[in-house]
Amino acid sequence: MVIKTEPFVVNIGPAHPSTHGVFRMRATLDGEVVLDIEPVFGYLHRGIEKLAEERTYTQIIPLTDRLDYLASMSNNLAYVLAVEKLAGIAVPERAEYLRVIMAELQRIASHLIGVGAFLNDCGAFMTPILYMIREREKILDLFEMVCGQRLTYNYMRIGGVSHDIPEEFLPALKKFVDSMPGFIDEYDQLLKENEILLARSKGVGILSREQAINISASGPVLRASGVKWDIRKVDPYSIYDRFGFEVPTGSAGDCYDRYRVRVEEMRQSVRILKQAVEKLPAGEVRSEVSHLVRPPAGEAYGHIEAPRGELGFYLVSDNSIAPYRFHVRAPSLLNLTALREMVVGWKVADVLAIFGSIDICMGEADR
Amino acid sequence: MEIEERAGLYIYSDTQLDKEEGERIEALKASSQQPLPDPDRWLDEELRRHILLTSVDAVLNWARRSSLWPVVCFPACCAFEFITTAASRFDISRFGMEVIRGSPRQADLMITAGTLTWKMAPQVRRIYDQMAEPKWVIAMGACAISGGIFASSYSVVPGYSRIIPVDVYVPGCPPRPEALLYGIKLMQDKIAKRSIITEV
Amino acid sequence: MTVALSGGEIAARLEERFPGSVVESGQDSLLVKSESLRAAAGFLKTAPGLEFDYLTAITGVDYYDYFEVVYQLTSIRHNHSLVVKARCYGRDNPALPSVVGLWKGADFQEREIYDLMGIRFEGHPNLKRIVLWDGFTGYPLRKDYL
Repeated sequence: MVIKTEPFVVNIGPAHPSTHGVFRMRATLDGEVVLDIEPVFGYLHRGIEKLAEERTYTQIIPLTDRLDYLASMSNNLAYVLAVEKLAGIAVPERAEYLRVIMAELQRIASHLIGVGAFLNDCGAFMTPILYMIREREKILDLFEMVCGQRLTYNYMRIGGVSHDIPEEFLPALKKFVDSMPGFIDEYDQLLKENEILLARSKGVGILSREQAINISASGPVLRASGVKWDIRKVDPYSIYDRFGFEVPTGSAGDCYDRYRVRVEEMRQSVRILKQAVEKLPAGEVRSEVSHLVRPPAGEAYGHIEAPRGELGFYLVSDNSIAPYRFHVRAPSLLNLTALREMVVGWKVADVLAIFGSIDICMGEADR
Repeated sequence: MEIEERAGLYIYSDTQLDKEEGERIEALKASSQQPLPDPDRWLDEELRRHILLTSVDAVLNWARRSSLWPVVCFPACCAFEFITTAASRFDISRFGMEVIRGSPRQADLMITAGTLTWKMAPQVRRIYDQMAEPKWVIAMGACAISGGIFASSYSVVPGYSRIIPVDVYVPGCPPRPEALLYGIKLMQDKIAKRSIITEV
Repeated sequence: MTVALSGGEIAARLEERFPGSVVESGQDSLLVKSESLRAAAGFLKTAPGLEFDYLTAITGVDYYDYFEVVYQLTSIRHNHSLVVKARCYGRDNPALPSVVGLWKGADFQEREIYDLMGIRFEGHPNLKRIVLWDGFTGYPLRKDYL
């Protein structure tokens, strides 16, 4: 006997444990199969772009902290790079190294949560993420040493960083860098060949190379689809051209590849950290820049490879102390364009796994 | 490559749903221009407390405060400090709170971790309404107290007290886990002073 | 290093193909006429040697007299980039052609500009408010919104 089913609509979110914040999807289902999905944004739209237009360039740095709150250091870096490009400000050598150290530590911290939350969505409830929060806490302790905050750092400044590292920072960082590869091996041992994880993620939510480029995906989502595109390599900013590291890519573009790319990126970040700690020069950490920066009239687009993808700031200056226009190119928002292509045809349970594998942060997507 | 026509795919009218949602948001915004008073009936409770019921109160309040179950309400940044508080290092289960519920009907405490926007406000109000009595609210972080650095924005609610009554405010942007734990202790002290007489 | 192509050279190629389509060109950007934006974008996406297959970002800027929409284009194949701009006039009903048909990544960004700045994108399949709710009055990112 054939049972005919009618399509029906299920609302997922915005207050849902698996939507990583306040994302909402309107899913049209046929039984358990997803026919269509419509993402609904805006539940965390705080008007940061408008607020930034009434603040000075230095006052905007705390606002950027709260964009992607899992990678505040990366947001700081992208923003100050854009302002420095606009105003033509040089940065001392030591500050460049400190920025790279902070950005790479932040990448590890962010990927730990990204991978942990993805595994949570796949059904490995709480255990992996507890392991990963254990290591993330060590990174947060390091950040707390340098700037006194655990989540919103406000550490970078236009022309350098806010202050030098304390003397106990480097020994603690070295200890972390030495122990981190062992922890990554531990996760691999538990998860890499795990049959349930393979069944839930291998071949699920495939995004082809052409699709990934066409929808402007970036970061691990783009690289898992086989595109070797990392801003640190293709358009080196700061001093990334001085470090040796690989750009891990996937081949299938499925959830498993996105997970693997993140894990491999953590290893590469540890590699960069090792080199940066060795080469860290002495000297100033901040060049003489007024708090009231007045960049010449013009516009600049500064971008970096943030943990979630290409994070860009587009600034327009009218030679006053506040930007005329402040726009964020948010990787989370653009990566979510891929969601519809990836989930149509899969079951409801896969939707959350696929969604988790994109690793988004709504603070950045909605701004 | 052209995107295929989407209109025929939906069996519902998404414009209609959006319109209804917009109306709900505007109605709530219009009706919550003033903060709700914080629940502080317990302050003069000492005067009205019935002697015979004190031990009943003590047992009830002990049971209530020792296993608070928080509901998921994690709009923004503070959520990650809450998750860290719940994880192994700060270990919220020392206070009997490790069961974080996805369903508001099984919870009695709402920890509002993050900025509230007008678009999200009806949902938060609905979560609060769905929680079973007795229920309490901890406003975590600057955004939850007053809107924080986003207070002047066009889309942000200046504090959760516009939407729901708040019992304990925990300042910080975001508050450290220790601060949140202290807020939870204050919440428990507050519950300990309740009396069933004053409950209507 | 991503090479920022000179606006002048690309403008010459565009003028050759679509006469009168370029309004002005500078060192790092070129301004195209809004009517020929769609054709110019299609040309930039497919022309051999250019092949801008990746749309990095779209932004709208309010200059009081006109709105300027800025397209940051990148070619992953050749690793070069270009900034294309288009202007639309009038504050009541400004409109530009949509590029969603060429780059799907424009979908949410065009909706966002429509939502916050009030520029309509003709030909967008699902143009409605994205971050604000239905019934919100005004366009917050305009300079005259207080």
